[in-house]
Amino acid sequence: MSAKHKTMKKTNFWYRVFDLYYDGFRNMRLGKTLWTVILIKLLIIFGVLKMFFFPNFLKEHAEQGQESEFVATELVERAESH
Amino acid sequence: MSNILLTIDTSTIEWSRAQFALTAIYHWLFVPLTLGLAVIMGIMETCYYRTKDTFWKDAAKFWQKLFGINFAMGVATGIILEFEFGTNWSNYSWLVGDIFGAPLAIEGIVAFFMESTFVAVMFFGWKKVSAGFHLASTWLTGLGATISAWWILVANAWMQYPVGCEFNPDTMRNEMVSFAEVALSPFAIDKFCHTVISAWIIGAVFTVAVSCWYLLKGREKKLALESIKIGAIVGLVASVGAALTGHHSAFRVAEVQPMKLAAMEALYNGGTDQSLTAIALVNPFAQPDYENEAEAPLKIAVPYALSILATNDPHGYVPGINDILNGYTKPDGTVELSADEKIERGKKAIEALAAYRQAKYGSSDGDASVVAYHLEVLKENMPYFGYGYIRDKSELVPFVPVNFYAFRIMVGVGCLLILFFMVVLFFVYKKDITAAPKWLYWSALAMIPLAYIASESGWLVAEFGRQPWTIQDMLPTWASVSNLHSSSVMLTFFIFLILFTTMLAVEINILVKQIKKGPEHENN
Repeated sequence: MSAKHKTMKKTNFWYRVFDLYYDGFRNMRLGKTLWTVILIKLLIIFGVLKMFFFPNFLKEHAEQGQESEFVATELVERAESH
Repeated sequence: MSNILLTIDTSTIEWSRAQFALTAIYHWLFVPLTLGLAVIMGIMETCYYRTKDTFWKDAAKFWQKLFGINFAMGVATGIILEFEFGTNWSNYSWLVGDIFGAPLAIEGIVAFFMESTFVAVMFFGWKKVSAGFHLASTWLTGLGATISAWWILVANAWMQYPVGCEFNPDTMRNEMVSFAEVALSPFAIDKFCHTVISAWIIGAVFTVAVSCWYLLKGREKKLALESIKIGAIVGLVASVGAALTGHHSAFRVAEVQPMKLAAMEALYNGGTDQSLTAIALVNPFAQPDYENEAEAPLKIAVPYALSILATNDPHGYVPGINDILNGYTKPDGTVELSADEKIERGKKAIEALAAYRQAKYGSSDGDASVVAYHLEVLKENMPYFGYGYIRDKSELVPFVPVNFYAFRIMVGVGCLLILFFMVVLFFVYKKDITAAPKWLYWSALAMIPLAYIASESGWLVAEFGRQPWTIQDMLPTWASVSNLHSSSVMLTFFIFLILFTTMLAVEINILVKQIKKGPEHENN
């Protein structure tokens, strides 16, 4: 803990907020398991799925600033090919 | 959908739909329990706040712990739906971006700030904040989750009933012209009330079932008794509330999505004084021959009930599938166009869009009068834009068996739950629930999957019933989907299936362990 923190009054609002989270996380039991699950899940969702399997289709296929033209062409052509 | 056209591989559409359905169904396993348990734990802690009896504190902490497990497992499962919008449904995503941006941003901010703040106070703050502030935090945690649900349901309701927007052919987006109309759409209000109240039922069933399990094992009798009292009262009130809000929802559906109602009812030919089908022999695996059959075979129906449900009038007019396809006149004299006429108007709209963009952005300098003419034609026919993609009017009929049976499962289980909660309350107040026959405890446990099946059936009705539309009358699924290879969508479908199933197994495992462990008593 920093010197500043040590000297901070315990009635100070920000100290109490910090203490709530610090103490809460430190004394977690079941919470540790749950946080582990959450972190693994977030890693899979954002680090793997989003990164490798869910690109933004329009960003990849339409020129920047030309998304509306791309969508318009798609919508008109699909109706014509119907 | 086998007759769907295009350069798009039809299996891409089907796999994209299946993937979205899978993700939404799994997401909906976590959400209702979060919303429902929020009410239960809020009531428990209110009892503690009023009585200062540490029993209630232990009880509140126990249900908060189960809430926390479910909350942790559900975190970010909804975000995957947004990934799918951007990848699998890019045309749709572009068209709705301006409408969905605000509600989803508010949802994200509210969810993050309210839930991260108040969940922390609820779990970490028992000895750090005053009892009143802690109680407020517990209720605000639930309120935060409920507000999140509001914005998600606003977005969903908009797809079913697009209001407060104007299509801009330059940006190719539906632009919001009235935030109030979008946020307070009557469809959204009904959807929110029905969905959230049905989530409370899930929380109540879970509470009663876990408590009955304790009674089966002959332990935690006081916790079980008090939890059953609260759970059953919440459950009964919510079940009756779900029936009432369900009626409102059906009334709204009859107004803006009559085809969905006709499919739910397997109503081929409508009219006045319509009866509500209790049960009929609809082939579960094939679309019925609605053009030639007068009605579903072996139909047992409640007289006038469908007219009351749809119009609040026992003699009200309810159109059937054939009426909607062939056109009909409403009792107020309004003529509803036939599918063929709508298809013609839709084609005109799409042609006008193409001509407008060609005139304005084509190689030659756009003649202002030509541009204005095409814009006018587009605006005139815009309400039927999506019909321009329909090749055969049968594409406008959702798969009747799924709607028909899902609706009956939802309503049937809903009625069963009302009866169940009444029986439980009878045992609580007129007999001794702690010494009730075992079949009651076992039936409480059986109610957990049944309540979930009813809840998911509600989603099936809402989402299957609006097919083929991703945006009602504006965009069918095959115009919304990205031009992806189906194998890539298939791959992510199975990744999700494995991921979600694992997560569900982990959740059930942790939940069961904590339930077996039981509440922690402060005095110990």
